[in-house]
Amino acid sequence: MPQIFPRRANYLPAISLIASLGGGVFALVFLWYYFVPSYTDVGYMPDQPVDYSHRLHAGQLGLDCRYCHTNVESTAHSNIPATQTCMNCHAQIKTESLPLVGVRESWATGNSIEWVRVHKLPDYAHFSHSIHINNGVGCETCHGRVDQMEQVRQEKTLSMRWCLDCHRAPEQHLRPISEITTMGYEQPIDFLERNLSRVREENIRPPTNCSACHY
Amino acid sequence: MNTANTDIAPTSDVDYHVDDPLVQGNPTFHEITELVSYHTEKKTPLAWWGAFGIASGLLMVLLVMVAYLFWNGIGVWGLNNPVGWGFAIVNFVFWVGIGHAGTLISAILFLFRQKWRTAINRSAEAMTLFAVMCALIFPTIHVGRIWAIYWTLPYPNQMAMWPQFKSPLLWDVFAVSVYFMVSIMFWYVGLIPDLATLRDRATRKLRQKVLGVMAMGWTGANRHWRNYEKAYLLLAALATPLVLSVHSVVSFDFAVSIVPGWHTTIFPPYFVAGAIFSGFAMVMTLMIVARKVFGLQNIITVNHLEKMNLIILLTGSMVGFAYITEFFIAWYSGVLYEQYAFSNRAFGPYAWAYWIMMSCNLLFPQFFWFKRLRRSVPFMFVISILVNVGMWFERFVIVVISLHRDYLPSAWDYYSPTFVDILTLLGSFGLFFTMFLLFLRFFPMVAVAEVKAILPQSDPHFYDHSGDGQLVDHDLAVSGGEASGERAEIN
Repeated sequence: MPQIFPRRANYLPAISLIASLGGGVFALVFLWYYFVPSYTDVGYMPDQPVDYSHRLHAGQLGLDCRYCHTNVESTAHSNIPATQTCMNCHAQIKTESLPLVGVRESWATGNSIEWVRVHKLPDYAHFSHSIHINNGVGCETCHGRVDQMEQVRQEKTLSMRWCLDCHRAPEQHLRPISEITTMGYEQPIDFLERNLSRVREENIRPPTNCSACHY
Repeated sequence: MNTANTDIAPTSDVDYHVDDPLVQGNPTFHEITELVSYHTEKKTPLAWWGAFGIASGLLMVLLVMVAYLFWNGIGVWGLNNPVGWGFAIVNFVFWVGIGHAGTLISAILFLFRQKWRTAINRSAEAMTLFAVMCALIFPTIHVGRIWAIYWTLPYPNQMAMWPQFKSPLLWDVFAVSVYFMVSIMFWYVGLIPDLATLRDRATRKLRQKVLGVMAMGWTGANRHWRNYEKAYLLLAALATPLVLSVHSVVSFDFAVSIVPGWHTTIFPPYFVAGAIFSGFAMVMTLMIVARKVFGLQNIITVNHLEKMNLIILLTGSMVGFAYITEFFIAWYSGVLYEQYAFSNRAFGPYAWAYWIMMSCNLLFPQFFWFKRLRRSVPFMFVISILVNVGMWFERFVIVVISLHRDYLPSAWDYYSPTFVDILTLLGSFGLFFTMFLLFLRFFPMVAVAEVKAILPQSDPHFYDHSGDGQLVDHDLAVSGGEASGERAEIN
């Protein structure tokens, strides 16, 4: 009986072994790099209806975050300011500015500016701004250097691991309440001891059970 | 001569010390090859298309039902508040149970040198694989959020979260998937020599190539055989503990919880016995039909069927013993909830299911105490189907009756399946039979090489009397010519 396969078919087992091993490693690396929030979510920077610059307002002009995001200390949701907040100043400053057309239009018609949400959590994960702000998690800790962003983008992964990293070791990330909105805050050298004693005294025990966030 | 021997020597013609030959009709090696290979080489019979049409139609029903489920969520099932595990888990345990016979036959019976296994091991293993495939569907679709099913696997992830290693549901994922993988390896390794036989017989180029790849370069060399035998033995040793572990772990799904009727230490052995019981019944159902349709009566003889019936009788009685023990322990424990759970089984709103289970599993197999009945093919066919009906109801009894009334009377409810539940169960049979029919059509359904090895002619001492290689002095050898003539007719 003649041979069914040519002689070079002898290489097939070795080739398929190498291909499956190599393919496996490739798939692993591919998933590891591309299928994670640090690739899929970080850097999300949607265009906004009005080109509002945080760099100008929060950075150069030094507006406090809470001037606009007024509810952040008292409610779970940190609000987007009403057009009224813009007009507090812009009724008198830059009243003819072209980039502000959208704001004036909203002011005239009463229709809200439709800002695009940047930081999104899934609906099954509940997050409260107030509890974090009031226990010493700075704005910067989760949102990055907003004062340097022309256009707001997502800086952190917002993954569950990222949440848990802090919940399991809050002393690494807390700052004094007075420095909550500070951008570019530098921890003092003895911050760990300070934070540890604060954790003890103020009884800061961030929960790590499922129903802390998923309820 | 030893006098003790003469005392116990049988006076009648029947010698009970010598079994009937396992393969009847004294076929030659070549005839066995022909008999089995022929069915993969002939033109596809119309009857096969008919059966395949029905089976794949049912498979379509399964796919439609699963799609419907994914689209709408598990609200389309009959689940309610106390009964969170309905048909899906019942069907899962049912199919996993059926998937036990194959590896038991091929691994445990192999290690125990039960030569009669060779007639049925190939198809029983195939049946195992297909049953486990059916089984794997149900917990998968039962999770509700199918798109997150990979969370059951432990892998480093952005959630910094691992599966709950303390949960038997996770052990299940490992137990069943390992079982599936080892079974498929075992089955495939066993297939290699026979695939090579088919390859060598193939006349068309494409068929040669496909079978050539599948046979992995098997030449039947001495070294190949030695490696093969060693690999087969090792795999049998690997698979043997799995036969016992898989259904033990499945039983932990129930036994580790605190629901009355589930929280029982008897569960692992009782589940394993039940699994072997139902698996053998399914092998019986399939083999009784297959041996008739494919003319394999000389390979799968009534003696084989009788041996399987004895195992059904044994495991059925073990399961029945467990049912009764559960009642005894409920009474003996003095726990009110336990006692209620069991009286509710036998006399509650689902008593009908309980008595179907009791009669099919405990009562009907007892007929196999009678030799005439356990050698009657139509009778055992009916019993084998009844056993599987009973075993399905056993899982129904355990899952549904225990859940629908537990500690809190205010939470009691009655569970009834919806059309989706029922059609999904039917559809899983579609998947099973579609796969099995494909197997019958394309693979050698009997382990040709192994059956040849148990022929008397394979015995190295078969020709010892003359020493010249001639067939003499052996009643099987003498009737060889006539028998092969009969064989040709069956073909």
